[in-house]
Parts: sequence; structure tokens; C-alpha cells
Amino acid sequence: MTAAINRRSLLKSTAFGAAALASASWAGRARAAENLVVGVVYVGPRGDFGWSQSHATAVEALKKVPGVTVVEEENVPETLAVSNTMRSMIELDGAKLIFGASFGYFNPFMIDMAKQYPDVQFRHPTTLWSADKHPANLGGYFAYLDQAHYVDGVAAGLSSKTGKIGYIAAKPISLVLRNINSFMLGARLGNPNATVKLIFTGDWSLPVREAEAANALAGAGCDVVACHVDSPKVIVETLERRGVKSCGHNASQASLAPKGFITGAENKYETIYKGFAEALVKGEKLPNVAVGGYDKDMVTNTAYGAGATEEARRAADAAIAALKTGKPIFVGPINDNKGNVIVAAGSSLGNYAPELETTNYLVEGVEGSVT
Amino acid sequence: MTDTGVITVLIALLAGAIRVSTPFLFVSLGECLTEKSGRVNLGLEGTLVLGAMVAFAISYHSGSPWLGVAAAAGAGFLMGALHGAICRLPRVNDIAIGIAMMSFGTGLALFLGKPYIQPSAPRLPSLPLGDWLDMPALAQMLDVSPLFLVGLALAFLLDWVFRNTRAGLIVRVTGDDAAAARALGIGVDRVRLFATALGGASAGVGGAFLSLYYPGSWNEGLSSGQGLMAVALVIFARWQPRRCLLASLFFGAASALGPALQSVGITAGYYFLNAAPYVLTLLIMAGSGSARRAAQYAPGELSINR
Repeated sequence: MTAAINRRSLLKSTAFGAAALASASWAGRARAAENLVVGVVYVGPRGDFGWSQSHATAVEALKKVPGVTVVEEENVPETLAVSNTMRSMIELDGAKLIFGASFGYFNPFMIDMAKQYPDVQFRHPTTLWSADKHPANLGGYFAYLDQAHYVDGVAAGLSSKTGKIGYIAAKPISLVLRNINSFMLGARLGNPNATVKLIFTGDWSLPVREAEAANALAGAGCDVVACHVDSPKVIVETLERRGVKSCGHNASQASLAPKGFITGAENKYETIYKGFAEALVKGEKLPNVAVGGYDKDMVTNTAYGAGATEEARRAADAAIAALKTGKPIFVGPINDNKGNVIVAAGSSLGNYAPELETTNYLVEGVEGSVT
Repeated sequence: MTDTGVITVLIALLAGAIRVSTPFLFVSLGECLTEKSGRVNLGLEGTLVLGAMVAFAISYHSGSPWLGVAAAAGAGFLMGALHGAICRLPRVNDIAIGIAMMSFGTGLALFLGKPYIQPSAPRLPSLPLGDWLDMPALAQMLDVSPLFLVGLALAFLLDWVFRNTRAGLIVRVTGDDAAAARALGIGVDRVRLFATALGGASAGVGGAFLSLYYPGSWNEGLSSGQGLMAVALVIFARWQPRRCLLASLFFGAASALGPALQSVGITAGYYFLNAAPYVLTLLIMAGSGSARRAAQYAPGELSINR
């Protein structure tokens, strides 16, 4: 139930709008001649301390690129509304590059739009695009956030006194499970006895249940809690009130927990947004798929908060330096939490190994289950 | 599960009952009053969300969370009055208006509430009633919101008003038999208008609890249907305020069940456990809906009964 009233639909639906529309398209054309117009569509509000904010932060950097004008729209549901928003960005504002920052925008909306407007570039923050199935002016970019969650884990393991760590996650899908596993492996690096109690809330945004989960983990004796939900605002605030240290996700939540914040896993879409815009301004062709982690400067960790110990900061910095050189996270022996061997002793999985894309297990040390 | 596990879960359930129940309580008491007067206001979900947003915004700007609570009650009163006023018009269905008011309230809250998603507003204080205890877990559980105590008092007050006062009798007779009420010279529409408006004010206060106490921030998914569940809960409570209190506590505990069990290592089937409050709603509706005895407590003028 997102607000259906927005500038575009309002303009379109009023008589006054007809006149405004004509002048807007004039202005759009005039601007398009000299500027690259980039359209960004968000599923939530830009200041949500989460997913949409991680994109909005990058867009702020994009706006500083000379010759680039950004048009944005927030709170666009994953329905035909996306197509309408994108169409008006193209027709009225003259956008040549469009980022649609939500999973459900891709199929069918962005695929259809890409077919309708072959001279506009569309990019989606997943790896769903494939050359044989989708239009060539569509593509994906993806930040491997599990690398930053690994660093979270390293810092969390060394900032915990009890070794009892909690993790609040939305849904048991591969992407989330992989972040939890990387976090666990990081935590055990500095604290071999660390365990992670895992709570699934069941959906991306359930504030009351997220707060309940944070309270339950605090009650169960966890002194550090990390998370993977859309916006960790409620979780980080609740933990701070309970005197439990916290790790963030997606964007910076440092300001919400001045006493207990350790660090957080942040997407660094800035690299992609600025890079793509600069390439288009120069007239270069964009790659269809751009993925990466620390080695490609696409993820980062929030600056350490008061919750991070000196030892944790040093170890996390070292982990970041290792990730930048491509050192793998999944180094054997690694078992899952039911005793099955995932990576044998002596071997390892690279940070972009295709096996990790289909993660359907939790590694040893995680107290939780996928089903 | 070990003994300490059992105790952890029990404490978590009790704590959850106290923490989560308050919005259920205020909405269900408000709806109880409205339905006693012979009208159903399904729009309280929208009132709850709007109340949450208004409370947060006012607390943010004024620095006083209590002013926020008052503003939320005011916004809820207006929403209820609007519902009541529209329903006075001839051949208007209160259920349909309720659904419209639900969309209106939620939509308005999201539209006006956009700038308040990021900032933090001053929260309501809590009363540490358990500080004299040596056990931190119990002390945490008894760290209650003053609004919870207000809700508790309101449940008993409303019960007393219905039983023992002239105003309560007027509301009840209006809800049970409009013709009889008119014969007594009672302005049926006016009574219903006030009952709906006051019910809305109560739901607004429930919203203030959500955004200013627990979970204590404003965003779009804040209510996740609690306002709707609270309306169902009134039927379960058989239109008795004190039973509304019990039912709210019960629902609060059910909401805490999923996270609490996962935190002690019972992790299989968490989707089912997380769905506990909703499953409970269905069971309650099935159980109480079929029986004649439930209908016998229902106000006679309710459109769902006629």
C-alpha cells in the first residue's frame, strides 16, 4: 500500500497537467541535448537507513559528475507503476540511462521497457540478465555484500565478550544464507568458539517482529547482533537500548547506535553509478554485467563505531586488505551445521565461485535452520 | 530444550505480551466502543498508521512525545468522526466506508510521513517497575510503557462505564435496538458519531505507541496488519472490554513466539511459528463465528448481524 499520489500521475491526470506536460517535455529536450540524464527508481523512501538509502547515497555522488542530471522517484511499487515512471523519465526528462533499484522491477517491467526504448540503457542491481534471453540495452550490476559481512563477522567475533552472537535475517534465500555464512566464517577467524544464533523474521520489513527478534536475542545472552533485513533501523535502535552491540547492513546505521555500533556491510553503488555515467558522457559502451566486492570497490564497511574493540579494528582492517587482493573467504575445512562437508580441508572456493550462488546451507557454528 | 530454555521462552512470551499487546489493546477497545453503539469501523488499521505517523511527526517537531500522543488521539478522533459522519448519510454501508477509511488513513500517513522515516523523534519514557528485582531478564520484562498502564486502566474503565453508567447504557441501547433508543429520545446517529470518533482516538493512541515506544520509529511497514487483527479480536472478546485486554495480551505473546523459540535453538518450521498470530486469528474466527452463543453477545444493530 504505497502512496499512489506522485508528481507524475498528478500532472498527467489534471487539465493543468496537460499544459505543464507540454512545457516539461520542451525543457526535457533542451536539457537532453547538452546533458546526460540518468533516471533512478527506488522501491522505498531514500532515507530508509537501508536498501533504498544505499542507492540514494550513491546517487548523491553521481549528481556531482559534470554533465549529468539525475531524476529520481521514490516509493515506486513493483507493478506497472515502474513502467510508467520509467516511461516518463525517458519521454519527459530525456533519460538515457535508467537504474531500477528493486528486485521485482526486472521481469517483466524493465525487460519490456528495454525492448520499447532500444537507445536507452537500463541497469538492474542483480545478476538476472543473460545475453541470450534479454535485450542488449539491459543489464545488471551486483555488489557481493558477503565480503563486507565477512569483515562484520571478523569485527563482531573480536568485539564479543561471550562469543554468543545473534543474527536477524529476513528470508532463507541463497543471497541471505551466503551473507550469514561469510559472517560466521569471519567471526570464527578471531574467535574460534563463536556461535551465531539465527532468527528469521520471514519478510524484508516487519518492524515489530524485528524488534521482538532483537529482544529475544538479547534475552538469550547475545552481546553482539548483526542483521540482513531491508532497513535495520529498528533492530539497531532496539539493540542500543538493550546495551547490545550491533552490526549494520546496506547503508550506514552508525548514527543510530553511538555506544554499541561496531561496523556494517554497505553497498558501494557509487562506483557503478559514477562509472557508468562517466562512460556514457565519454560515449563509451557500458558493460552489460558488472559485479564485484572489495576487489572492485563495490562494497565497503561503515567506519568503526564505539562498539568495535581495538583488536577488532585491526583484524577487520587486515581482512579488508586481504579481500582487496582477492583472498578467498571459504577456505576448507568447512562443514555445514549438520556435519556435511562443504569445502574439504586443503581446498577453497573463490569469492565469486558459482557454487556460492546457490547456497542452501548454514555453516558450522550457526544455530538455526534453513527451513 | 533445557530448563533454562523453557524459562527463557516463557519470559520472552510474557515480555512479548506486555511489549506487543498495547496497540492491539487500544485498537480493540476503540472498536469495542464503536461496535457497542451499533457500527463497525474497519478503518482502524488506517487510523492506527495515521496515528503513528502524526505522533512521530509532532514528537519530532515539538520535542514532547506526550504532545505526539495527544495529536495522534486528535487525528484518530477526526478519522473516526469522518467515518461516523459519512455513515449518517442514508443508505451508506459502514463496512464499505471502513475499508475506504483504511486505505485513506494508510495512504495519507505514507504521503505525509515521507520526511519522517529517517529522523529519530523523542520516545515515550518507560517505567522500570522491575528494577527492585535481582533478575535482569524479569526487570527487562517489567520495564513497561505508561501507555500500557493507561490501556489497562481504560479496559476496566470502559467495562465499568458500560455496566454502571447512564452513558454506557445509552451506547448499549443504541447498539442493541435503534428503534428503542429513538423511542427513548436518544439521538442514535449522534451517539454513534461520538462512539466512532472516540474509538478512533483510542486507535490513534495505539499508533502513537508503535512509533514512539515499541518498535519506536516510523516507517511504512510499521503496523503489519495489527489494526485489522485487533478488529477481529473484538469478536473473540465478545464485545467485553476486559476480555479485549486478555485477548490483546494473548496476541502479543503469540507475536513473540517465533523469535523466542528461534533464540533458544528451536528453529525448524519458523514460518509456521511466525504465522502464529494469524493462525490464531483464523482459529478464533472459526471457533467463535460458528457458535450461536457468540452472536448472542453481539450488539443487535451491527450490520454483520442483521
